[in-house]
Amino acid sequence: MEKKKVLEDLKRRFQDKIKESSVQFGDEVFVIDKDSLLDIAKFLKAEPYAFTMLLDLTCVDRLGQQPRFEMAYHLYSLSNKHRLRIKAKLSEKDLSIDSLTSLWKNANWLEREVFDMFGVFFKGHPDLRRIFMYDGFEGYPLRKDYPLRKRQPRIPLRE
Amino acid sequence: MKKAFFKRGQASKRFAMEGNFITTKFNDILGWARKYSLFHYPYVTACCGMEYMSAACAHFDIDRFGAGWTRFSPRQSDMLLVVGTVTQKLAPVLLTVYEQMTEPKWVVAFGTCAVSGGIYDNYAVVQGIDQIIPVDIYIPGCPPRPETVLNGLVKLQEKIQKQQQEWRWKRRRS
Repeated sequence: MEKKKVLEDLKRRFQDKIKESSVQFGDEVFVIDKDSLLDIAKFLKAEPYAFTMLLDLTCVDRLGQQPRFEMAYHLYSLSNKHRLRIKAKLSEKDLSIDSLTSLWKNANWLEREVFDMFGVFFKGHPDLRRIFMYDGFEGYPLRKDYPLRKRQPRIPLRE
Repeated sequence: MKKAFFKRGQASKRFAMEGNFITTKFNDILGWARKYSLFHYPYVTACCGMEYMSAACAHFDIDRFGAGWTRFSPRQSDMLLVVGTVTQKLAPVLLTVYEQMTEPKWVVAFGTCAVSGGIYDNYAVVQGIDQIIPVDIYIPGCPPRPETVLNGLVKLQEKIQKQQQEWRWKRRRS
């Protein structure tokens, strides 16, 4: 399958929902409207594109830019050997996006990680709680404005 | 020899001359016994564990120094090897393991992460396990070579030999 076809098909179907598209290192990158994430993901997972594998899902904190946060989804199609990246920008005021757990099971823990590290809320996630840090940890450590030397020990330290 | 040995007056003299007994302090002999019978508990959390394995197994053979028996329960061991990075999340677990060990007990910080946090100077990692439990020997290195580990063990044995030993009826007597 030609790679160009995905791009054209997506643009035809979702038109203004796709804000930018580019090709980086031979793979397409789409910047989409965050409200249409679930629709686009459903479309991409179905035949003929068959992006059955969610490789990774993460977040980038671009402190100082508007909008501040950017979600990045890396998809892979096993049958077409095709890689694709979707990005969605999130503003600090409305830090939520649809959960992809209904489509890819592994999104569960990946979204919990993003929730733990960046504080992004995933609508429709079955079990949204911390995965790395412990109960009582305040703040989101991978945000750029988290103090570098801030420590939150779980038990009182000696000396 | 046997008959003459038991004759009155001759026995002790002959015994001493042949060098068949030595005198020492109870504190010293207890230290000597303790330093060569260390049971260690490996609290392995990270990549230093590979160096621990080579130090403990046949290539470098920690058993030559009397610390060969690995116990997988802190209740049966007296040397705690903290091998690897300890996170804030894990800190209460390490403290519990330490508290479960019976006296006398010694702690070895194995590798740079356990010594000082190492390269992980961040929100998640304890900056040296001595912030949680008292440490007797620090073994630096990322990871330390097995020779360094054995050197650290010998240093710990010297420390055990020289320290004021505690034993059960010591306090009762004084």
